[in-house]
Amino acid sequence: MSKFKSNTLSRRTFLARSVSAGLAMGVGTLLPGCSSEEAVTQIASDPKPEAINRIFSPAVWFEINNNGDTLINIAKAEMGQHVGTALARIVADELGADWSKVRIKHVDTDPKWGYMVTGGSWSVFTSFKPLAQAGAAGRTILVEAAATLMGVNAADCTARDGVVTAGDKRMSFGEIVSQGDISRTFSEDQLAELPIKAPSERSLIGANVRALDIPEKSRGEAVYGLDTELPGMVYAHPMMPPTRYGSTITAIDDSAAKDVPGYLQTVRISDPSDTIQGWAVVVAESFPAAMKAAKAVRIEWQAGETAQVSEADILAEGARLCADPVSGALVVNDGDVDGARANAASTLSAEYTTGTALHFTLEPQNALVEFVDGKCHIHGGNQWQSLILPFLAKALEMEETDIIIHQYYLGGGFGRRLFGDQMIPAALAARELGKPVKLVFQRPADSEFDCVRSPSVARFDAAFDADGELTAIDHAAAAGWPTLSMAPGFLADGVADLGENGKGKYDTFSISGADHWYTLPAHRVRAINNELAQKTFLPGWLRAVGPGWTAWGVECFMDELALKAGVDPIDYRLARLDASGKNAGSDPNSVGGASRLAAVLRDVRERAGWGRDLPPGEGLGVAIGSGQERNMPTWAACIAHVAVDPSTKAVSVKKLWQTIDCGTVVHPDGAMAQAEGATLWGVSLALHEGAQIENGRVKQTNLDTYSPLRMADVPELSLKFIDNGEFPMGLGEPPLIPVAPAIGNAVYQASGMRVRSLPIKLG
Amino acid sequence: MINFSVNGRSVSTNSDDDTPLLWVIRDELKLKGTKFGCGIAQCGACTVHLDGSAIRSCVTPVSAVKGLAVTTIEGLDSPAGEALKSAWVEEQVPQCGYCQSGQIMQAENLLAGNDNPSDEDISTAMNGNLCRCMAYTRIRKAIKSAAGNGGA
Repeated sequence: MSKFKSNTLSRRTFLARSVSAGLAMGVGTLLPGCSSEEAVTQIASDPKPEAINRIFSPAVWFEINNNGDTLINIAKAEMGQHVGTALARIVADELGADWSKVRIKHVDTDPKWGYMVTGGSWSVFTSFKPLAQAGAAGRTILVEAAATLMGVNAADCTARDGVVTAGDKRMSFGEIVSQGDISRTFSEDQLAELPIKAPSERSLIGANVRALDIPEKSRGEAVYGLDTELPGMVYAHPMMPPTRYGSTITAIDDSAAKDVPGYLQTVRISDPSDTIQGWAVVVAESFPAAMKAAKAVRIEWQAGETAQVSEADILAEGARLCADPVSGALVVNDGDVDGARANAASTLSAEYTTGTALHFTLEPQNALVEFVDGKCHIHGGNQWQSLILPFLAKALEMEETDIIIHQYYLGGGFGRRLFGDQMIPAALAARELGKPVKLVFQRPADSEFDCVRSPSVARFDAAFDADGELTAIDHAAAAGWPTLSMAPGFLADGVADLGENGKGKYDTFSISGADHWYTLPAHRVRAINNELAQKTFLPGWLRAVGPGWTAWGVECFMDELALKAGVDPIDYRLARLDASGKNAGSDPNSVGGASRLAAVLRDVRERAGWGRDLPPGEGLGVAIGSGQERNMPTWAACIAHVAVDPSTKAVSVKKLWQTIDCGTVVHPDGAMAQAEGATLWGVSLALHEGAQIENGRVKQTNLDTYSPLRMADVPELSLKFIDNGEFPMGLGEPPLIPVAPAIGNAVYQASGMRVRSLPIKLG
Repeated sequence: MINFSVNGRSVSTNSDDDTPLLWVIRDELKLKGTKFGCGIAQCGACTVHLDGSAIRSCVTPVSAVKGLAVTTIEGLDSPAGEALKSAWVEEQVPQCGYCQSGQIMQAENLLAGNDNPSDEDISTAMNGNLCRCMAYTRIRKAIKSAAGNGGA
């Protein structure tokens, strides 16, 4: 109850208190999202809100008090996708709640929330049913209680806008909670059996709504991890070794730092989990002092074995692995690829590469850690609490249940904050110093410590018969695998034996998208771990993850095949999107299969005026995507209008059209915002963002050398959703997927130059 | 001791002359709306106004603001500032939101000198402000909307 009450404080009040007094432990929510202007006004004009003496909470996901206030617990991270709004709409719609009385809370770690992860564009997809069923349970109990109180049949009652109505009788949720019998509970099994509303009965889902987090983000009042403070805390600045792994400190000389006012000490980090190797942190009373002292501290390292590795070395190793027919694990093994290749009348082969890409979350990595009464409290935004907790437990030699991660707004996630590795050195330093430690990365350190998107190499070998008909595609792709380093339990088994390696294992998140929805006579996909990449850096999941780079090769090569056949690239694709066999799809996630991909492709063809004449130096290119995974497909088709300057060869994107089918659209304006952002991320990764590994580390570490898309280069966008009421899929990432290959294919149409490496550079 | 004003209030700091203004604002004055992004004046998350002009506080030594007036997002109460904050909500601009204080401070500076900015004016004025979520089309729309609502 006290937690609920704290949520009724206005954001401004809470911020002022938290900043002036530090963040008291146990206050709980630091991210209440309760700052809708109505709430602030209501509290301000009513200094003594009616006593809250009864709370109804039939499931962990929400509670309703006797004022009718509905608090919905959000176990997903808010990093710009307005996920709390989308998830709250699902609960509130099913419950029949009054949206103006809904508040959300982003919760701290606790086993009762189950597995905590925000990524993969899974949030709505995985939460929809359990949240809707929790709402249905609440509605059922409230309706039954109201029916008893009003002396009517429950079957004659409806619940909507926070009121249960039967004929001319009505009771608000608050009144029912005050007076009714709300003691009924549901078991997990009963909850799972509860029917949920048909799409036609929904009132909130699919209707436009303002995101609950936006007002405070528009006034500088939203609290991010970097904004948190604790009384008595000191600041730590990372001192990172020359290689990610295997470096050891041989000497630390901080004599010059002792002249820096506020410098305290340099702490060597010893991490039993081996996540953080060869580190020290410079500790000072303020962050400016820590920055200054960090420049003065001299540390010598014995460098690890990857100290000379370059981007070119990693790509060369990837090409070697792709050419080795028994490397990796089989992901797709349909038809007789070897036979088709052996008997080919002609062939077409191509190698596609993508370079290192950074997350570059605008909020640099940071963590604030304090030990209180044997518990470790960590403050900072995180996307995958259930992943980092075991690492923290090992590093600190503590029980997972004694480590609590307090959630805040994330100043960008994009997959970077799936791994909370920066929490480890902060926690180790805090324990050693016996006081709260706030570890803050400056930008170059943030980039060097990033779990980057691995450089990748993909090789395609197509075979044709004597009539020029395609008989097989053999596809191999090599990259560093995020899942192998961070969550090896999630690796998948190969679908068949390969050489002497047996089936082997592979990272689905590093090959997804290669298992596409085109019907081919024979198709083989091998996923290969690039071990040189793996040991040089920590490969990460970057927005759109596997399909974010596999589609680059798959969709550009599809264009090469169409051009070789002399067929229009859209017609060539449509002929293979026949929704036959395994591409027929299955209910509910991929119902309709490749026919839905064909539908978005036809729609975008129509809207973009495909086939029209363009001035010299301009072209249209197409690509499709079905991310994030084959069992969770959002169907997207993109056409890019590109101009290539004839003298400088500079590529500019004039316009992008994209048609998207993600099934039911829960939060339409939020969905559009995600599609806009993801589409522009596609542009940025295609043309603007390129990093390289040099001497074992990322070379481009700040905006003077790494330059994501900015305002002046934003193309015109024409994005469209097809909402067909099907089960909702993911959205934060899929619209990114087809953008780069659409641009690459358009560059070919505009200039005759086939680009096979990303980012695209013609000049 | 360096004296200056922030959001109309007189303040002083004992920090070294070369301490970036950003950290004085955030960690001494506890005004957390101004953000740290790149530290080299290229992302714009740290944008504040110095005597009415947008500056990057991450590279501005606090000694340079001696006797001058600093305005942060918390104190931005000009008509253009209010119109921009409203437009940011109307157009549902922020995603992660981390850059948005800086975007609004920069946009206010644009509208203060240009009551009807063209697309090119907006691109020129805002190109130094990175939005990693790439909410650019909405930022542009909200600036135009604020200008049209008497914010300039």
